[in-house]
Amino acid sequence: MLLRHTPETLTDRSALTVNPAKTCQPIGAMYAALGIHNCLPHSHGSQGCCSYHRSALTRHYKDPIMATTSSFTEGASVFGGQANLVEAINNIFAIYGPDIVAVHTTCLSEVIGDDLGQIINKALADGKIPKGKRVIHTNTPSFKGSHVTGFANMTQSMVQYLSESTGKRTGQINIIPGFVEPSDMAEVKRILSLMGIKSVLFPDTSEVVNGPLDGRFHMYPKGGATVGQISSAGDSAFTVSLGRTASLAAAKLLDTKCGVPFENLDLPIGISATDAFVDCLRKTAGVSVPDSIMVERGQVVDVLTDMHQYFYGKKAALVGDPDQLISLAQFLTDMDMKILYVVTGTPAGPKFEERIRSFTGNKTIVKYGLGADMFHFHQLVKSGKPDIIFGNTYTKYIARDEDIPLIRVGFPIYDRVGHQYFPVVGYRGAMRLMETILNALLDRQDRDAPEESFELVM
Amino acid sequence: MIEILEARKKQIHETGSEVAFDMACEKVSVAGSVSQRACVFCGSRVVLYPVADALHLIHGPVGCAAYTWDIRGSLSSGPELHRLSFSTDLREEEVIYGGEKKLYAALTELITAYHPKAAFVYATCIIGLIGDDIQAVCRKVAGEQGIDVIPVHSEGFRGTKKDGYKAACEALFRLVGTDEQSIATPHSINILGDFNLAGETWIIKEYYRQMGVEVVSCMTGDGRVDEIRRAHKAAMNVVQCSGSMTYLARMMETDYGIPFERVSYFGIEDTAEALYTVARHFNDPAILKNTEDLVRNEVSRIYPEIEKYRKELEGKKAAIYVGGSFKAFSLVKALRHLGIATAIVGSQTGNKEDYEYLEEICDEGTIIVDDTNPLELSRFMSEKNVDLLIGGVKERPIAYKMGVAFCDHNHERKEALAGFEGMINFCREVHGSIMSPVWQFSPARRRQAEKEERSNANTINKAACN
Repeated sequence: MLLRHTPETLTDRSALTVNPAKTCQPIGAMYAALGIHNCLPHSHGSQGCCSYHRSALTRHYKDPIMATTSSFTEGASVFGGQANLVEAINNIFAIYGPDIVAVHTTCLSEVIGDDLGQIINKALADGKIPKGKRVIHTNTPSFKGSHVTGFANMTQSMVQYLSESTGKRTGQINIIPGFVEPSDMAEVKRILSLMGIKSVLFPDTSEVVNGPLDGRFHMYPKGGATVGQISSAGDSAFTVSLGRTASLAAAKLLDTKCGVPFENLDLPIGISATDAFVDCLRKTAGVSVPDSIMVERGQVVDVLTDMHQYFYGKKAALVGDPDQLISLAQFLTDMDMKILYVVTGTPAGPKFEERIRSFTGNKTIVKYGLGADMFHFHQLVKSGKPDIIFGNTYTKYIARDEDIPLIRVGFPIYDRVGHQYFPVVGYRGAMRLMETILNALLDRQDRDAPEESFELVM
Repeated sequence: MIEILEARKKQIHETGSEVAFDMACEKVSVAGSVSQRACVFCGSRVVLYPVADALHLIHGPVGCAAYTWDIRGSLSSGPELHRLSFSTDLREEEVIYGGEKKLYAALTELITAYHPKAAFVYATCIIGLIGDDIQAVCRKVAGEQGIDVIPVHSEGFRGTKKDGYKAACEALFRLVGTDEQSIATPHSINILGDFNLAGETWIIKEYYRQMGVEVVSCMTGDGRVDEIRRAHKAAMNVVQCSGSMTYLARMMETDYGIPFERVSYFGIEDTAEALYTVARHFNDPAILKNTEDLVRNEVSRIYPEIEKYRKELEGKKAAIYVGGSFKAFSLVKALRHLGIATAIVGSQTGNKEDYEYLEEICDEGTIIVDDTNPLELSRFMSEKNVDLLIGGVKERPIAYKMGVAFCDHNHERKEALAGFEGMINFCREVHGSIMSPVWQFSPARRRQAEKEERSNANTINKAACN
C-alpha cells in the first residue's frame, strides 16, 4: 500500500501540505494562453517552471505543448528580469513568429518585483514588438490561489489587453468557458451553433492541445480564439461565464471595461446545470431551443431513469477544482447519490462551501484551501468509506489502497485518455459521465457478487 | 541548414562539415527559447528522489512539490516515503514575513510522524530571495530529532540542472562517512548515477553479485540512508550518468581516497566494458573469470535475438535527444547493433569533450546539437527523415505528430534499459515502435512513401532512356 503512511485519525495541519490537491498559478495561465490562436505562452522565471508546466500539460494531453521562458539566472534575480524579458520578446518574434505572446510571472519574478506592464511598454518603445503583434501579461504569484486562479488571471488579462468596445453593439454572445478540457470547449460551441447563436468563446484550447495527427509538427495548431475575436468580445451583447473561480473575473472586467452585461453560471456539467445554461442562452439570445438539443436532453434523462436504481444512495467522495466540484455535486445529487466529502486545495472561499451545501445538505464535509490536500482527503475516505471516488490521476493511490472505484475527472489525468476528446459538459457530456459512473458501479457489483446472484441483465 | 537563432549557431554542428568544431555548450539557454531543459531544483530533485527512506520536504510554494510528485519511475524494494509529496506550501504572508517558522513546524511534524532515516530540505527559487536561513532551521531540527536534516541549495535560478546535481552531491556527501562501524570487503564498490528506473539498479547489482563484487551502496537507485552512510568503506566508485555524480565521486576520491571510473550500462559493449573495468580494477582471478563467464553467457544469450530485430531495422535512421551526453554515446553504439544510423544527436547538459567524443563516434553528416528546442529538432528530423526519436516526455508527442517512432529513455521509461537484459528490452521497444502498423495511417509516412516511389520511378525511367 503506497499510502500506508496515512493514519485514520484526522489531524489538522497548518504548516504542511502532503500530496497537494492543487498546483501553482502559472500552469493555469499557460493553459489559458494556449487557448489564443497563434499564441506563444511565456514563463517569466527560471527554466524549470516552464519545463515542469510543459511536461505536466504534455502528460495530460499527450500533445506537444509550446511555451518559452525568460531563463532567469542569478544576475536576473538580483538586478530584475527586465533584460531577460526584453531579449526574450525579441527572440520569440524573430524565430517563432507568433501573433501574440502571453507572459505570466512566477514566484521568483513576483518576489523580485518585476513590473511586467512597464517592461512590455519598454519592449514596445524599443521596437522589439513587430507591428501588428501583441504582448500581454498576467500576474500569477505561485504563493496565492492555485492553478485555477492562474487560469482566471490570464483570461482576465485577455480582456484587459485585447477586448475593445467600439460603441457598436453586435448580437454576439461571449462565452468564457472556464478551466475545462478542449472537448468541453468544443461541446459548448456545438450547443451554441445548434441554437443558432453567434458567439465568441475564449480561451479556446480545442484543436490546440487535442489536434489531429497530420504528419507535421505544428508550433501553432489550428485552434484557439483569435486576437480579433477576443477584441470583438467588447462589442458583444452579453457574456455568459461558466464557473465562478475560473471565469467570473474576466466577465466582470468585460462589464466594467466595455459595458457588456454578464451572467455567471455553474459549469454545465449534469442535467440541471446544462438546463440553466441552455435556458440562459435561450433568453439572452432570444432563440428557441431546437429539437436536436431536446432529444439529447431526453436521452440522458431516459438513461438516468432506466438505471436510477443503481445510483440510489451510493456514497461519493469528490476532490478537485472548485467549479467542477460544484456542478458534479449537483449532478450526483440529482442522481440520488450521497456526497460525503468535497475537497479542493484551491482557496475557494465560503461561497464555494455554501454552493456545494445548497445541493448536498449539511452533512457533507467540505474542505478547501490550507490543509485541504489529498492526504486529508484520504483520511476522510478512511473515516467513512464511500462507494465511489471522483478525482484526478493522483487519486488512484487512494482508490487502490481502499479498493474503491475511481472516476477520473479534473486535472491532471496522466494515466488515461478520453478527456481530451469526450466532453463532460452539456447533455452529451452528462450522458458520458453518467455512463462512466454507472459502468464503474456495475463492474464493482459484478466483481463482488456471489456466484448465485451474479446477474446477466442489469 | 534550417533557420537558427544567431545566438544558437555555435550550439549546432554537422559532422564532416567545413565549419570547425567548437561547441559552445554549458551555457544558460537563450531567453525566449522553447528550451527542453529544467532548473537547479529539478537536478537536485531527480538525483535525491530515489533515496526511499529519507524525507524529502520541498520548501517553497506548492508547484515545485506538485510537479515532482511521483513522476520518476525510481523503484524501491522497501520503503516508499519518497513517493509522497511534502511541501511547506508557502503563502503570501510567509513570503513577506519569512518561512522559517513554517519550515520548522513542517519538519518537526513530518519527522515525528514518519521517523525517516534522514531528511532533505530543498530550497526553491524564492527561498534565496526571502532570506530564510534553512541551514539554521535544519540544524535546530536535527539537534532536536536526532537525525540528519540536510539542506539542499537548489534555488532554481542558480544555474542549470547540472548545478542541481552538484547541490545534490553535496547533500549526499554530508551523509557519506557517518557510519564508522560497518566494514566492507576489499572487492567492494558503490554504484553512482543509477536511479533504478524500471528496476535497472537491480539488474546491475545482480551482475556484480555474480562477479563476486560487493555493492556497498547505490546512489541513489533503490537508495537507503544507512547504505550511503557507509559508502566510504567501498574500495571503488563506479559512476554512471557522469553528469550527475562525477562531482560526488571526486569529493570521495579527495576525502577518502576512493578511486572512481566512469561507465555506462547501456548497450552491449558499454555494459561489458563497465563490468570488465571493475573486474580489472580488482585484478582478482576469480572475479575476472566470473566476469568473462557472465559476459559470454549474456552476450550469447541475447545476440541471436538482437540479430532477429536487426534484420528488420537495418537502414533505419534515428534522432537522439537526451539529458546527459554519456547516455547519448551509449545509444549511438546500441543503435548501431540494430543497423540504425544516428542522424541527429543532442543533449541538454553535455560539455565540450562530450561533444567532441560524439563527433568521433558518429557517422559523417550527423547533426550534433546542444540544448535544442522543438522547432529546431522537428526541422532537423524532417530534413534527415528519421524513423525514430529517443527522448523524454516533452519530445514524445512531437515525434508522433510527425509520424516518427519513439523510445522514452528518460524518467518515464517503462522497461529497464540497462545491462544486457535492458539491451533486449531496448531492441524490443525500438522494434515495436518503428515497425508498428500505426504508421500506415500517418500522412507523413504516406507522403514519404510516395516521394520515394516517384524517385524510384524516375530512376527507372532514366535507366530505360539510357
